[in-house]
Amino acid sequence: MSSTKYILGLFEDPDELMHGIDTLQKNSVPIYDVYTPMPIHGIERKLGIKDSRLGYAAFMFGCLGGTTIFSMAYYMLVQDWPMNIGGKPAFAIPDFIPITFEWTVLFTAFGMVATFFYATHLFPGRTPRVMDYRATDDRFVIAIDAKGNIPHDDITNLLKQAGAVEVKHNDRKYVSYE
Amino acid sequence: MASHSESIIREPLITGKDITYAKITNDVLRPVENMPGKAWWIGFTVASLGACLWVFAVSYTFWYGIGSWGLNKTVGWAWDITGFVWWVGIGHAGTLISAILLLFRQNWRNSINRSAEAMTIFAVICAATYVVSHMGRPWMAYWPLPLPNQFGSLWVNFNSPLVWDVFAISTYFSVSLVFWYTGLLPDLATIRDRATGIRRKIYSVLSFGWTGSVKTWQRFETVCLILAGISTPLVLSVHTIVSMDFATSLEPGWHTTIFPPYFVAGAIFSGFAMVQTLLLITRKVLGLENYITMFHIESMNKIILLTGSIVGVAYLTEFFIAYYSGGEYEQYTFLNRFIGPYWWAGCMMYGCNVLMTQLMWFKKIRTNIPASWVLSIVVNIGMWFERFVIIVVSLHRDYLTSSWAMFYPTWVDVSIFIGSIGLFFTMFLLFIRVLPSIAMAEVKLILKSSSEQAKKKLIEHGHLDQEQVEFYKESLTKFDSVEIADYQKA
Repeated sequence: MSSTKYILGLFEDPDELMHGIDTLQKNSVPIYDVYTPMPIHGIERKLGIKDSRLGYAAFMFGCLGGTTIFSMAYYMLVQDWPMNIGGKPAFAIPDFIPITFEWTVLFTAFGMVATFFYATHLFPGRTPRVMDYRATDDRFVIAIDAKGNIPHDDITNLLKQAGAVEVKHNDRKYVSYE
Repeated sequence: MASHSESIIREPLITGKDITYAKITNDVLRPVENMPGKAWWIGFTVASLGACLWVFAVSYTFWYGIGSWGLNKTVGWAWDITGFVWWVGIGHAGTLISAILLLFRQNWRNSINRSAEAMTIFAVICAATYVVSHMGRPWMAYWPLPLPNQFGSLWVNFNSPLVWDVFAISTYFSVSLVFWYTGLLPDLATIRDRATGIRRKIYSVLSFGWTGSVKTWQRFETVCLILAGISTPLVLSVHTIVSMDFATSLEPGWHTTIFPPYFVAGAIFSGFAMVQTLLLITRKVLGLENYITMFHIESMNKIILLTGSIVGVAYLTEFFIAYYSGGEYEQYTFLNRFIGPYWWAGCMMYGCNVLMTQLMWFKKIRTNIPASWVLSIVVNIGMWFERFVIIVVSLHRDYLTSSWAMFYPTWVDVSIFIGSIGLFFTMFLLFIRVLPSIAMAEVKLILKSSSEQAKKKLIEHGHLDQEQVEFYKESLTKFDSVEIADYQKA
């Protein structure tokens, strides 16, 4: 039994990467993940990643922000301590629009970004789970779980044929751990 | 799609030969991964001296109170609010580039958005310091927040534009910061994966464990798009609300309904001028001519011309309305800008902002780097004077002739202003040392479609309309980073 845990196909070019994904899928080799230095449109469909639902989260947070500040303004200036400003109504809705807008935006931004960080497990100080150091620089990396995907040489050949400049057989899943 | 090739008649966004993904990383990270050169040290020394002056002058203000400024009972708002509005306005270009140009799919934003957003954040910090120091008692800076009565005041008055402003500026600052930092994550990961030792540890914490997997990228793009979508109305709201600080008063010269759009246009105008001032030097010093090309410079100049002309139309409208309203105080205010004791400030405002920017109609000037740089400085000066004229010149002679007065800045006023410029440049210079000044991932995205080498390859394949190829070659002549000789034989 070989000690290889993950097989990495390193590509130089995003189009060849796409070709590599197609080749592997045609040969029924499951792909663990793909790491790229920039967003490549169309990969997510090939790998069956569902559309993001962050938009819904953003909308909900926006509604929450707008409601919060509008209720606060209502409570403070109408309920708790109405002021007589030239006899004008205390519940001055048009005057509350700017702050309502600002907090709608504020809550949308912070809520959505926090959701994004939570859902993709990003937080300050998280140990990076890097499979290949050049994946954030100039290599487009396809990772294949070696377990169960044998023979490894066939996978290597498939990747090479598809245009991989280098194929790595890594004994460890992540190279970034000490 | 990465393989999509763009029409040949569009000008290239990345110039130079043999640009690879690795070369982009190397070029952008050179200042981050190496010791800074002499130019940086000179700039940093001068800027940090300015920042020290700022610390001293602001501390002096806190110690002795705002009586150390040149304010008097007629002119109660002067250089401080002028500086505040000037800095907030400068910030607007960063958001315009990162948000509005993203929504309009203007790919040329990709190589300038990072530094423009950083500039936004630093400019808003400078603006915020003016607000805090103008409070006189900065330890009570939390008073504009909606805190319960036990804290010593009534609830804040949500009918007041000044309270709106607190909400607008704080939201603008924090949302810009989030937008900027989220965009930085992939590039911080790039630095992390190339670094060793303590540097790797620091960038590892900063990069939040970014790996660049498919799902993260897809979510990341959604987040950026939505942030752009909400930042667009946000940035327009900020200067609208700033203008309402003035427009809701009864002061002649302030009390106008045209202020919101006029201030927003002016903000974008001055912001782009500051981006131009910074980037023309940055691209030269850091050797980024291939990424910030003549096309970028010319595009920014076109925006300066457009927004400068909108500001010009707003000025004319103000004059016409002052005449047409028949209000004598209003009419006097606008005449006073030319015939009053501050006539020179009025001339600076109208001359720098309207007349000088019209030079941008000439392509020779638009594509000339020294001329663009000088004009960007002229615009910055002009926009400072615009705020000075609106604020001080309107205040110094309003209704009661017996209250007319002049405003003379003290050394504290001048030092805070010069110091804030020093503070701004200190932060910007530190930024280009420790963070990538160009969004690498976004530039890599357009390498295959919009670079000069990709277009050259298209020409060499020779299936293109010859007329369009000639048009393209003609457009390349203005670039300072393109070898025209290569195209003679092709």
